[in-house]
Amino acid sequence: MAFKTVTDYVAWLYYQYLLVTGIYVLEPWEKSIFNSILISVVAMAVYTSYVFVPTHVRLALQFFAGVFGGQNESAMTLMS
Amino acid sequence: MIVSVRTPPTALPPPPCRGWTGLANRGGWLPTDDGGSASLLNGDAGQRGAGDKRSGKNGFVKNHCLFQQPHKYRRPREKVRPPGPGPPHGSVFRVPGAYCCRRNMTESSSSKLLNGDAGQRGAGDKRSGKNGFVKNHCLFQQPHKYRRPREKNHNVVRNPGLYNKPFVESFEETPLLVAVLTYMGYGILTVFGYLRDFMRHWNIENCNVARERDEQKDFVPLYQDFENFYTRNLYMRIRDNWNRPVCSVPGAKMDLLEQISYDYNWTFQNTGKIVRDVINMGSYNYLGFAQNKGRCADAAIQVTEKYGVGVGSTRCEMGNLDIHEEMEQLVARFLGVESAMAFGMGFATNSMNIPALTGKGCLILSDELNHASLVLGARLSGSTIRVFKHNNMVSLEKLLRDAIVHGQPRTHRPWKKILIVVEGIYSMEGSIVRLPEVIALKKRYKAYLYLDEAHSIGALGPHGGGVVDYFGLDPKDVDIMMGTFTKSFGAAGGYIGGKKELIEYLRCHSHSALYATSMPPPVAQQIITSMTTIMGEDGTTLGADRLKQLSENTTYFRRKLREMGFIIYGNDDSPVVPMMLYMPAKIGAFGREMLKRNIGTVVVGFPATPIIESRARFCVSAAHTRETLDTALEAIGEVGDLLQLKYSRYRPALPPALGWMSEESHLQD
Ligand SMILES: Cc1ncc(COP(=O)(O)O)c(C=O)c1O
Repeated sequence: MAFKTVTDYVAWLYYQYLLVTGIYVLEPWEKSIFNSILISVVAMAVYTSYVFVPTHVRLALQFFAGVFGGQNESAMTLMS
Repeated sequence: MIVSVRTPPTALPPPPCRGWTGLANRGGWLPTDDGGSASLLNGDAGQRGAGDKRSGKNGFVKNHCLFQQPHKYRRPREKVRPPGPGPPHGSVFRVPGAYCCRRNMTESSSSKLLNGDAGQRGAGDKRSGKNGFVKNHCLFQQPHKYRRPREKNHNVVRNPGLYNKPFVESFEETPLLVAVLTYMGYGILTVFGYLRDFMRHWNIENCNVARERDEQKDFVPLYQDFENFYTRNLYMRIRDNWNRPVCSVPGAKMDLLEQISYDYNWTFQNTGKIVRDVINMGSYNYLGFAQNKGRCADAAIQVTEKYGVGVGSTRCEMGNLDIHEEMEQLVARFLGVESAMAFGMGFATNSMNIPALTGKGCLILSDELNHASLVLGARLSGSTIRVFKHNNMVSLEKLLRDAIVHGQPRTHRPWKKILIVVEGIYSMEGSIVRLPEVIALKKRYKAYLYLDEAHSIGALGPHGGGVVDYFGLDPKDVDIMMGTFTKSFGAAGGYIGGKKELIEYLRCHSHSALYATSMPPPVAQQIITSMTTIMGEDGTTLGADRLKQLSENTTYFRRKLREMGFIIYGNDDSPVVPMMLYMPAKIGAFGREMLKRNIGTVVVGFPATPIIESRARFCVSAAHTRETLDTALEAIGEVGDLLQLKYSRYRPALPPALGWMSEESHLQD
């Protein structure tokens, strides 16, 4: 489909979202409940990933460094 | 397989014809298989055992090839395996796709056997061993042709020798993603439905539908089942798409009353305006006889002036007018049957005549997608009902075979009658019954056939004679030809056609003949005029033109929709065109968007279809001109883009002829 403006496109996307989820047939207040629940779930998911993912990535990197990397210096000193 | 020479079918004396004297009378309306290539099907069943053990009370069953040599038959429970490599009895039908013998295609048309020559074994022919019947069954010939039952593409040509033209029917499988999203949509709507029900229960919101009274509180809940839930919480939200008042002739175009709802479809108000010239893609007006002017209407007006509108009595009392007799003779001539009778209502024709035909101790084999009237009739009759898969001859044959082998439950007496009930065109699926195969099966297993031609009469076949005409078959092979005048003829009522004995029996046993007021004379006149027009007896080619226009419109409309990438179901020749929508919100959105573009359509969802297969159903009419169809198609294309309905992953380029060829070569490999 050809769209003249970006708003048209966004409106069309929102329409598709309404149709696919089925909330097209709901009453406005039900729509807003669904949207707010969905938005808060997504927001929380984004927020948690923002807070925790960096820590997890760092830990994971450390772990794999420990598995695949060579022995580090402290281990060497211990052995000698 | 050995193709042996068949003795002529005339060696089998026709079963005695005793007429309709009672329910227990079997064989009265069984067509006698005289002559014709198809009679070889059961003709050779009787050839075995020249001793002819056919006499006795139930000659019907004993005569059957399965029962001629009872010692050869073992019930599966007794665990007798057929000798040799053949699989055990129970697995005979586990090969849905492989119904057809390779041999069938190469044989001449005079020996179109359904399942090989089960009957030829017999006198002195020992090659089959104890369970020869099973071993010889053609299903075992090509076990590799197994098809997944899930696969919904019915476009499989079985027994092509029985058809006089390609039989192309497609049911594209639902795309997986769409199915998942559809279920998700229903899930979300269900959650909100529960929320609303909860609110109604605690009186947070007003309950607009029926609910239990306080006195009924501790009884079994009345409105909790799924259908009630569905009506309350899903159907109500998009109810504006149905039950719209039409205020003109529902011809090619119609006028609609504009309605508006301020409380989300619980109530509607008329705005006082009328939406004019809405293109009508929903009426069953196949031949365009829904008119308020023209020959039919004029004739009806004249008849009204002569007889009035009401009759005020039943056919067997004071309601039998000469115009009714004339109409019935015309219908019989149109159908090519001995005799016919008409009823005031199509639904009652089915639901009241099936109980007159079968009863306790009879078996009804019914297609799973049969119309509610047939289902109701079958239930009212008190017979045992077994349902076979839609248009699936393998499933039907299995049921028939089981019915004959096992007889009635517990007592194992043979069934008094076996009645196969099918429709001509299935109105939700757009599919055409595989009539040649049904007739072959019915003859082979000596069952009766009830064919409901509600949608196909007038709309199919070179002469408008329905499926029988379409396939070029003999109407005498169908025991009970039922149909309605509501669709192609633009009138009302139903008919039953068949042998004279059958009709005479029904005249004095059918409830809708005895207790229902007869058809209004103007309606009868409308039927007479439209039918003579179709038959060309009015001296014009108007009827033939309409038939031609309808078939052209059908082909054009279906081809265009398919090219646009919609999933449409059904046979290429069927004027009923279901287009898949799938998602619940799209049902409502499609109807509304189309109406915005001044096109009236019918959208269908559960319970008329399986829950995920919601669809829009277009009915092509001869009244549509090419321009009307083009306007409609353009709007459908536009809405299809807007709602993302072009689901098909099928390459549309394949012409039907090619599909047919490739299927055949596939069978022959
Ligand atoms: C297959 C079939 N049989 C019977 C009927 C009932 O006919 P009528 O509408 O004339 O009562 C219909 C109507 O839709 C139908 O589709």
